[in-house]
Amino acid sequence: MNYDATVVGAGVIGSLIARELSRCNIKVALLERCNDMAMGTSKANSAIVHAGFDAKPGTLKAKFNVEGTALMPELCKTLSVPFKPVGSLVVAFSDEEMETVKELLERGVKNGVPGLEIYDREKLREVEPSISEEAKGALWAPTAGIVCPYELTIAAVENAVVNGVEFKRNFEVKSIDFDGNEFTVSDGKESFNTKVVINAAGVYCDEIAAMIGDSSIHTVPRKGEYMLCDKTIGGLAKHTIFQCPSKMGKGVLVTPTVDGNLLIGPSALDIEDKEDTATTAVALESILETAKKSVPVLTTREVITSFAGLRAHCDRDDFIIEESEKNANFINVAGIESPGLSSAPAIAVYVKNMVAGKLGATEKADFNPVRKDPVRFRHMSNEERKAIIAKNPAYGRIICRCETITEGEILDAIRAPAGARDVDGVKRRTRAGMGRCQGGFCGSKVVELLAKELGVEINEITKFGGDSKILYERTK
Amino acid sequence: MLNYDIVVIGGGPAGMAAALKAKECGVDSILILERAESLGGILEQCIHTGFGLQYFGEELSGPEYADRFIKQVLDEKIEYKLDTMALEITQDNVVYAVNKTDGLLEIQAKAVILAMGCRERPRGALNIAGTRASGVMSAGTAQKYVNIDGYMPGKKVVILGSGDIGLIMARRMTLEGAKVECVCELMPYSSGLTRNIVQCLDDFGIPLYLSHTVVDIHGKDRVTGVTIAAVDENRKPIPGSEQYIECDTLMLSVGLIPENELTRNVGISIDRVTSGAIVDEYRETDHKGVFACGNVLHVHDLVDFVTKESQIAGEGAARYVLGKKSDPEYITTKGVDAVRYIVPQKVNIKNEGDVQLFFRVGSTFKNATVKVRYNGEEIISRKRPRLAPGEMENVVLKNDMLKSFAKDGVIEITVEV
Repeated sequence: MNYDATVVGAGVIGSLIARELSRCNIKVALLERCNDMAMGTSKANSAIVHAGFDAKPGTLKAKFNVEGTALMPELCKTLSVPFKPVGSLVVAFSDEEMETVKELLERGVKNGVPGLEIYDREKLREVEPSISEEAKGALWAPTAGIVCPYELTIAAVENAVVNGVEFKRNFEVKSIDFDGNEFTVSDGKESFNTKVVINAAGVYCDEIAAMIGDSSIHTVPRKGEYMLCDKTIGGLAKHTIFQCPSKMGKGVLVTPTVDGNLLIGPSALDIEDKEDTATTAVALESILETAKKSVPVLTTREVITSFAGLRAHCDRDDFIIEESEKNANFINVAGIESPGLSSAPAIAVYVKNMVAGKLGATEKADFNPVRKDPVRFRHMSNEERKAIIAKNPAYGRIICRCETITEGEILDAIRAPAGARDVDGVKRRTRAGMGRCQGGFCGSKVVELLAKELGVEINEITKFGGDSKILYERTK
Repeated sequence: MLNYDIVVIGGGPAGMAAALKAKECGVDSILILERAESLGGILEQCIHTGFGLQYFGEELSGPEYADRFIKQVLDEKIEYKLDTMALEITQDNVVYAVNKTDGLLEIQAKAVILAMGCRERPRGALNIAGTRASGVMSAGTAQKYVNIDGYMPGKKVVILGSGDIGLIMARRMTLEGAKVECVCELMPYSSGLTRNIVQCLDDFGIPLYLSHTVVDIHGKDRVTGVTIAAVDENRKPIPGSEQYIECDTLMLSVGLIPENELTRNVGISIDRVTSGAIVDEYRETDHKGVFACGNVLHVHDLVDFVTKESQIAGEGAARYVLGKKSDPEYITTKGVDAVRYIVPQKVNIKNEGDVQLFFRVGSTFKNATVKVRYNGEEIISRKRPRLAPGEMENVVLKNDMLKSFAKDGVIEITVEV
């Protein structure tokens, strides 16, 4: 198969790049080693759109953060992805931290971040009533927001596929050969011939680059653990609440999510194993303790799940978005840690322009930027509900009781372009199984629907691809 | 808009018993809403026996127990809608529900009986560390896979939590050829019925590790093992006591949570201990005309008790509809020390009969005395050879006692050794 551009890795970065490239008159492939998109860093992070005051002026992080954050609201609207401009607070607990907060403001101004303001204690408590009595003040950033990172990724791939991109799952790149003219990207069974390769493989960027002899990238997975709380306490944070940043990152935050839950985390620990997304009792306890410094009333009572993600930290300490020193048609998009999600829309445009320049590509006339808003029964009025059930009775059957998700929505998720193939895929697309019972009731029904739609036995359905089967053989 | 005197939300044992009793008391216009494809609720997947000993005086399986009530519902021609999910109850007791055939239903009810049951606490609620591999599931989910769908959810199983569903599933999985390595229980005692520990674990040589918990889950795609550890008296894992157990499945039986979303949304007060509504002796909530019974009110040990409680709620709803209810004068009930909760939380002293108070203790006792006090003064004292958190207790307030009480009085129950 011959392609003009091939993106390795369907995280938020690779997926948005693929979507941008689908604006052009070129053939694009998006390769993903897992059974779904957004299976790495993109599904387990803070889900924050940062204002852009953290990064040092002049860095790529600073540039793309501010540009990306400016693009985010419109992009989310076009792709029907929930985005909420809640704003963020960096809270100071000492006079020394108040100084840090002032430095962040100055840095933000240099980076071109609009609307920054220092809040004193009173103003802070007024806008964020659950904040600790110990808080002295905060930096207020109105352009910060929250977004659902995996929904953004899923929407980007759906839209890319609609615009002609080939999305290939379960394709783990094992070798990349260059014959002087074209690359051959192979998983040992199948191969893609392509003029340009975009390496957006997250924590595996170093290994992908090494396949063409580029050993300039050194990825260190930095694990972050989180706890997600029930919607009943979602209102405890009105804004994203940061503490003052440290060398390891932006510290532990407390934030509302777009779905109305409360998210606490992350921890930060450099590890070696790129597959190690296990949570640990030590880190979970520590993030709760640290988070309580910001919002003292937090307890574990409302926790509904915990998870860990790996930041693709690179030793260069900035994003790497450039041609490989080994081959000008191999573009590394590496070290995309925070503020990677915020920067993603701007990185995608930048990389598209690089690739289009190399291929002499032009934009096509029939590009459709819009991804149709999926049916979200839980957000509908009773009149809308009546109308949609009349059109399709499958919307009249509730499968997930905690989140009020209908059979129709689950079928839509499976039938969508680049649709769900496993239980977690359905969960990320519809929220079935994301509520307080965590799939206890709807899990088996989702398995049934998947089996029926995919035409397989129910014991072939997996949680997230690979060997993550849910059921074994039939009972006696 | 449809109109019914009583709308019952949930067609399990609680909803059916409440509807039947309301009918018996003279209300004809009753509608049961059931989200599953058949009446019977969770009993349909409980194919083991042990149901009905108290109520019918014979040992039935879950489906058999349910069937007796389903037959009566059919005989009495009580209306019901299957595959129907209630979405909302308004301040005026309009119930919104949805299904594939009727679409969105709008039902004006005079009285509503909440009988939604409960759901199982998931892994997340325990915050167990480890990977998110496939193979971690609640015992009830596993029960559905085995008994309804006919598939094995695992072959080598560790069970966390010795609640009754966990114990039942230990035996069920063993009978289906799986190896159940052990059952771990965080507490120093099991919350399950003694007969289940004997019949489901002891008879099959399955070890029960009390004061133990799971501290880590291993495996990338499917579970490959768990780490268990002993816990101290504060239920914290004891360093050095960790033990790795190879398994492909971790089954959780770590408690049930009444399913009270509808209840909360209409603004009904919830008891923080039971996680169910605060009710009076007819199981009426503080929202006029809304009653609650069964596991949505508080988690019961036996379905037989659910049936009895639901009959009380059914009678209460009927009295309400038929206008037999006078302005109540309430006293409140309060569990002290070892008594974790009491249902009902308030009692109308104008009630014409005796009132039974149900309560649960927080730890095990031998040769203890249950004391009931009214405004500090002892009115009942009962010796009990054994009290355990897994077994609900009750005392009766005789009608002449009720008559001697005054409005706003307080009944306290406590346990003394």
